[in-house]
Amino acid sequence: MASVAIGSSEQYNYDVVRKFTIMALIWGAVGMLVGVFIASELAWPFLNFDFPYITFGRIRPVHTGAVIFGFGGSALFATSYYVVQRTCQARLLSDGMAAFTFWGWQLIIVLAALGDVLGYSQGREYAEMEWPIDLLIAVVWVTYAIVYIGTIMKRKEPHIYVANWFYLAFILAVALLHIFNNLAIPVSLTKSYPLFSGAQDAMVQWWYGHNAVGFFLTAAFLGMMYYFVPKQAGRPIYSYRLSIVHFWALIFMYMWAGTHHLHWTAIPDWTSTLAATFSIMLLMPSWGGMINGIMTMSGAWDKLRTDPILRFLIVALSFYGMSTFEGPMMSLKDVNALSHYTDWTVGHVHSGALGFVAMISFGTIYHLIPRLWDTRMFSTKLITVHFWLATIGTLMYITAMWISGIMQGLMWRAYDDFGNLQYSFAESVAAMHPYYAMRALGGAVFLTGMILMLYNCFMTISQSKNVPAGGLATSAA
Amino acid sequence: MMDHSKIEKNLGLMLVMVLFAISIGGLIEVVPLFFIQGTVEDVKTAEGIKMVRPYSPLELRGRDIYIREGCYLCHSQMIRPFRDEAMRYGHYSLAAESQYDHPFQWGSKRTGPDLARVGKKYSNEWQVQHLTAPRSMVPESVMPNYPWLLANDLDYSDVGDRMAALRITGVPYSTNKAEYDRNVKDFGAEVAKQLHIPDAQKSLIEQAQTGNYDGNAANVSEMDAVVAYLQVLGTMVDFSKLDNDAFVKYR
Repeated sequence: MASVAIGSSEQYNYDVVRKFTIMALIWGAVGMLVGVFIASELAWPFLNFDFPYITFGRIRPVHTGAVIFGFGGSALFATSYYVVQRTCQARLLSDGMAAFTFWGWQLIIVLAALGDVLGYSQGREYAEMEWPIDLLIAVVWVTYAIVYIGTIMKRKEPHIYVANWFYLAFILAVALLHIFNNLAIPVSLTKSYPLFSGAQDAMVQWWYGHNAVGFFLTAAFLGMMYYFVPKQAGRPIYSYRLSIVHFWALIFMYMWAGTHHLHWTAIPDWTSTLAATFSIMLLMPSWGGMINGIMTMSGAWDKLRTDPILRFLIVALSFYGMSTFEGPMMSLKDVNALSHYTDWTVGHVHSGALGFVAMISFGTIYHLIPRLWDTRMFSTKLITVHFWLATIGTLMYITAMWISGIMQGLMWRAYDDFGNLQYSFAESVAAMHPYYAMRALGGAVFLTGMILMLYNCFMTISQSKNVPAGGLATSAA
Repeated sequence: MMDHSKIEKNLGLMLVMVLFAISIGGLIEVVPLFFIQGTVEDVKTAEGIKMVRPYSPLELRGRDIYIREGCYLCHSQMIRPFRDEAMRYGHYSLAAESQYDHPFQWGSKRTGPDLARVGKKYSNEWQVQHLTAPRSMVPESVMPNYPWLLANDLDYSDVGDRMAALRITGVPYSTNKAEYDRNVKDFGAEVAKQLHIPDAQKSLIEQAQTGNYDGNAANVSEMDAVVAYLQVLGTMVDFSKLDNDAFVKYR
């Protein structure tokens, strides 16, 4: 009874934010658990157990779907709904539509995972979902766009805050990418064939794939950064002008860069050269965002000593800076000739995904939970432990993948004294084993931190029921 | 500097400008590939027969299973124009070779080797044994066992529907005499028969029995389909009959 009364009398709709926050934690734990499992399958293949539904090929998309769309997506829904309401001083356009996006999105994640294990796949990376799920995504996404844009239209503040620019670009870009990448002719409810083929299909898929990273996993999380870093640091954003320049440059340039996933393949060379050029230029707006975030700490650096939440946010930005340097470097054709098809790419993705996306989400959720449930975190010490587990886990993971990736690349192109290939492919697989084990271990360390977080947040929320409610309205500003 | 607050205060203007900014890249880089003729090479024999053909019904079902099992997550099908890849895998892949691939399966990771030219490299028996228990053939392998491919009967009841869907996307499967005759002209009579949708199930069973890919002629298993698909990969273009320099102009 009490919680219902609070929910409806709140100035803002925090109910949907709370729900998405909880699901972000749950999908994070599930997705990372699957990730550790598939990493272990590569190190110890007996773990496939001759059981079709858990083979690497079928549950790798379960991992990517649960972490990107389940964990990342829920975190983005939660934070975007929170940020848009507070910066516009307006309640969400429609509670019903917001609730629909919540239940719709959760249904999508579950259906996608079921489809993956059953083998209903479009065979497109990060877009394995078959067409009925794609249609559902489109409906939920359009509803999301309406709620988000409608809320901004209701704003009491004339300026649209910078975080919302990033969330807006993310919502529009993901709609565009999703629609064109999933054009298909259905055969049945569980099978379809994509409209495009071969070289053109590859271009469309990597235009999608790279910008899923660029907008879903970057622009939107920068939106998160632009609200929560200044809030947690208690300092204003470092440079307004820098935020304008890097926003427009970032969203313009990202869309050109996808073809660097297709260097040296059977696409016309000019597309690949163009993509590499834009990828290198992309370093500038990427670092613009990093600098703007980190420099927001000016005058508050001492807080890093005492505030593990801020540490999450700042280390996230450091990993962001590192992986957005590594990315342009890997988009150089000569580097790519070595790195492509190897674990280096996997390591690069995870330095962004674990180091930036997950860490900034952790910091943000630790900031949000006490405010959403009007209480204090159960344990600050556990946050500190989580911070170290996440940092060490990420470093183990990416170090393992750097070594194995570069080693693979070099072994594949090594010649003996007679000009023959020095190693068989199988020898390169055998050489990977220790690094695959190390990667699985790094992932397990990261997962342990995630489980501590789940426990810490669960305890926080359950203790909050004992605290008299009503503080939310006063803290809203 | 231009006054940015105009955009910040005007949601409509901001939405239009964002849409504009995110559309340019794709419009300039992706869209032209559908119109530039040289994107996909035209590979023909001296007699004018197209070397790259659509998959036969059995190969198509094999390809569907390849996608179902997520093989593309560990195996690429795209050989790059490097000396080491030429020695390990063969001639670099042509765009033409995947022109009927809906979706493309070039992949992004080689946890296992590239499969673009795996066709005819190993015997059917090797493939069956390797798919059933990879480490019995390659001790270092980390590939899962796929014993169910041999145990499962292939469901080919809707193979015609699948070909019909692909026909809508532009794959030249035939439904009538005129289309069939066109395929005879383009691909030769033997191939044209395989591409005829009304005879799809018949051709599928025939190929499975003649090919006997899984070593058991009595049934059509999923293994028959997968091995038939693997054995055709990269074999359609006969490079010995082509001038290598012919492809340079396409790059």
